[in-house]
Amino acid sequence: MTSFQLTSKEFYTALGQDRLIGSRCLDCGHISAPQRQICPTCHSDRQEVIEFDGKGTLAAFTVVSVPPTHMAVAGYGAKNPYCVGIVTLQEGARVCAQILDVDVHAPHTIRIGTPLVMTTIERGEGETRKKYLAFEPA
Amino acid sequence: MAKQKFARGVAVVGAGMSKFGAFPDRTSRDLFVEAFLEMKGTVDKGLDPGQIEAFYLGNFSSDQFEKQAHLAPIVASWVGLSPIPAMRVEDACASGGVALREAALAIASGMYDVVLVGGLEKMTDLPIAEVTEALATAADTQFEIPAGFTFPGFYAAMATAYLDQYDASPQALAHVSIKNHENGALNDKAQFGQRIADIMASKKARAEQKGLPVPEWKDELEFLADPKGNPNIAWPMSLFDCSPVSDGGVAVLLVAEEIAFRYTDSPIYIIGSGQASDGALTDRATLSHIPAAVEAGQQAYQMAGIGPQDIDFAEVHDCFTIAEIMATEDLGFFPRGEGWKAAMSGKTARDGEHPINTSGGLKAKGHPVGASGVGQVVEVWKQLRGVAGERQLPGNPRRGLTHNVGGSGQTCVVHIFERRD
Ligand SMILES: [Zn+2]
Repeated sequence: MTSFQLTSKEFYTALGQDRLIGSRCLDCGHISAPQRQICPTCHSDRQEVIEFDGKGTLAAFTVVSVPPTHMAVAGYGAKNPYCVGIVTLQEGARVCAQILDVDVHAPHTIRIGTPLVMTTIERGEGETRKKYLAFEPA
Repeated sequence: MAKQKFARGVAVVGAGMSKFGAFPDRTSRDLFVEAFLEMKGTVDKGLDPGQIEAFYLGNFSSDQFEKQAHLAPIVASWVGLSPIPAMRVEDACASGGVALREAALAIASGMYDVVLVGGLEKMTDLPIAEVTEALATAADTQFEIPAGFTFPGFYAAMATAYLDQYDASPQALAHVSIKNHENGALNDKAQFGQRIADIMASKKARAEQKGLPVPEWKDELEFLADPKGNPNIAWPMSLFDCSPVSDGGVAVLLVAEEIAFRYTDSPIYIIGSGQASDGALTDRATLSHIPAAVEAGQQAYQMAGIGPQDIDFAEVHDCFTIAEIMATEDLGFFPRGEGWKAAMSGKTARDGEHPINTSGGLKAKGHPVGASGVGQVVEVWKQLRGVAGERQLPGNPRRGLTHNVGGSGQTCVVHIFERRD
């Protein structure tokens, strides 16, 4: 058990402490990431916050050469592309995360199913600087 | 559960659109006026606009693109329709298809007999970075966008899942682009009136003029595989995998079936309608197809009492090339894992067994997001009435389907149309 709430902003509060949280349905056991107040499977509102252990596998990915502003500000672009993907956590839920330490200049070498571990990456300047979810090969 | 049928029939009796493209000298209302006037001209027995009782406008984000919210009453006024009820319908890139459905439901309910459906977006006034930001608001801005996803990125990720799951050739994506440009070249409303081969030829000519080394692409596939001609956007989606940023307006007139013959002797009937929603990509059991599209398609087929084999052609939401391949499977035209082969072998070409996107699709015709779902209806209208010109399908097609997706599949709306003469 953790002290985090089920409300959605808590995800980044936890991430600020390098912790990845979600929720488990107390009625059907469904696991959600990020945490939810109502179960998407059985409609129950009896949910508890859980903390994932941060292990997963790569389910899908892309290497972005034309970044949105917040990623361009962080230094990414056509010459410095980045990988972002969908990670299936070993507990079953999926999350979106930046994927670090893969060869973004040879995207065909990045493999679906690659075992990954959670980390974080700091982006933004001054007051907007915060930790975002990232994974890297295990 | 309700039986999911219209309480009374609904028919399309007029359809028109502006050219799709980039029009710096015109605002959204000008584009809608152009579409409205063309629609009016297609009503065989004439339309007195005073008979229109309500207006549903599909528009994703005029507030971001033009700094103009509350667009529906303004546009209604601009085509002389005040004081009829006018409302904007927003479901991202599916706004147009959902506006059509809401209008059809309003007629089916018995509330109105004559309803105007609009689709409208003016995207090119903003710099491209701001367009990208605006489109990103159709995704989950708390959890998807902060991770670094972009719209091409979502579909690129689905492409990696699809290609991996079915061991598919990425060249299938290029075939979708080549085919849709071929079709768009025959559509005078399309943003891109050029085949890929024409684009290659003009790039070669430009290099020669400037005294630069002339690229030696031997065919379209080689050109599309060259990052100099076709740069990466979000791997494996390159520039020619992506629909463009566009301006455009569309107007379609719906009436109750029992009065359709007052407007034309050849109405097009809406025989199937389906719509579904979904969570973000991470909430779905699959990443290699779009569950909301399967659900919306099944609803539409069930209502129509037919199956995919009874559809003569379809306009599907090819915002990215992979989206067309997934759509052809989600709608049941091909089994799972076979869509990419169908794209490569020409089965989706105009002379193939399942013609897809004869208009050029979003890829070549253009993708003014809120207008796209209504724009698809214009192509169905033309093909079913035999007025699609050079790209007219042979054999008097009888049934056409439209498939319009919002976001990365959080909304999908499917309609089936039929000619009955
Ligand atoms: Zn549950």
